Amino acid sequence: MNTDDFISALTQDSKVRWPFGRTLAVATASGVAIAGIAFFLSIGFRPDIAQALDTGRFLLKFLVTLTLATMATGLISRIARPGVPAGRWSWALLAAPILLGGAVVAELLVMPESTWMTRLVGSNARHCLTLIPFLAAAPLACLLIALRQGAPARPAGAIAGLAASGVAATFYAANCPDDSPLFVATWYPIAMAIVVLVGYLAGSRFLKW
Amino acid sequence: MNSQAREEEWAIWLRAAILGDVVAYRRFLESVTPPLRAMARRRCERYGALTNDVEDIVQEVLLAIHLKRGTWDQSRPIGPWISTIVRNKLVDTLRRRGRHISVPIEDIIDTFDVEDQRDKEERLDVERMLGQLKEHQRDIVRSISVEGTTVRETANRLHMSEGAVRVALHRALKALAVRYRSDFT
Repeated sequence: MNTDDFISALTQDSKVRWPFGRTLAVATASGVAIAGIAFFLSIGFRPDIAQALDTGRFLLKFLVTLTLATMATGLISRIARPGVPAGRWSWALLAAPILLGGAVVAELLVMPESTWMTRLVGSNARHCLTLIPFLAAAPLACLLIALRQGAPARPAGAIAGLAASGVAATFYAANCPDDSPLFVATWYPIAMAIVVLVGYLAGSRFLKW
Repeated sequence: MNSQAREEEWAIWLRAAILGDVVAYRRFLESVTPPLRAMARRRCERYGALTNDVEDIVQEVLLAIHLKRGTWDQSRPIGPWISTIVRNKLVDTLRRRGRHISVPIEDIIDTFDVEDQRDKEERLDVERMLGQLKEHQRDIVRSISVEGTTVRETANRLHMSEGAVRVALHRALKALAVRYRSDFT
């Protein structure tokens, strides 16, 4: 087959039914929705949610996780399109760690040293390490499926893992009884690293185009 | 024509193509092909791949541009988008032919301005990949490409609806890209 004939075949398939932007938006929304359903069916809000909402430490968890989820999702939409510079979005990923780092310093300043270890160990580290990856599974799968329609550069899979774990951590934080930044800065990143690693490995296998 | 004017033209054609304008899409692909061919030829010469492979590489890059055209953000210039796809695919195709290369993106942008050296030769790669597809997919691609029939004529001949032929064609092209990726590995 010569190239002119080949072009003829391509032209007959000219129309794009699902632009990539829409695919990614639907995938993100579905991932969040499924994670939400999984959250309410499995663990739900912590019993003292009403009182917790009045405390800065509880709210801070959402500030950090939502920042991470938003920045990572924004970066994905750039990394999946050829020739779009990531620009400030790659730096924006640092926003969540910086926020959390500031909160850790504040916690160390206001809390007596004798309570640090108890706060760090918390009551529920194992839940954190299992429930965040569990809740991240659907958002990660949705993002990876969408990214297959895109033309992602590496390491899109890892960034998808980061976005999915941000979503999962946001839901999990509403159940987790440990609000100290010392706990959040220790266990959340370990749980998220699992998801990022899975995303990275899946990405290097399934996201070639 | 300077490169900015050409890119604006490409953008107009591809925008129309994405909405289903077959004629604009043909113009776009036929305008992209000559510089692409020159680039592929230069790469092959520089890295010692066979210049016989040039047309195979051109077809594979065109297929990638085709399948990924939905990732172009229409509010952005088309140049960087197309250059990045071409560079990535050139690296891939030459790597599969056993050459490890890196192509600086500036190179791609510069060499979009070149004469066409036409190669009318029949290509074997795409035939071999087509041979691995399901029979009706192969039949539809051949009918529309080599035999030059339209989707409607193909639909009539195969007693299918036009929509079904379009879907089958689209799936066949996607399957073709999968074959290319798994070939040589």
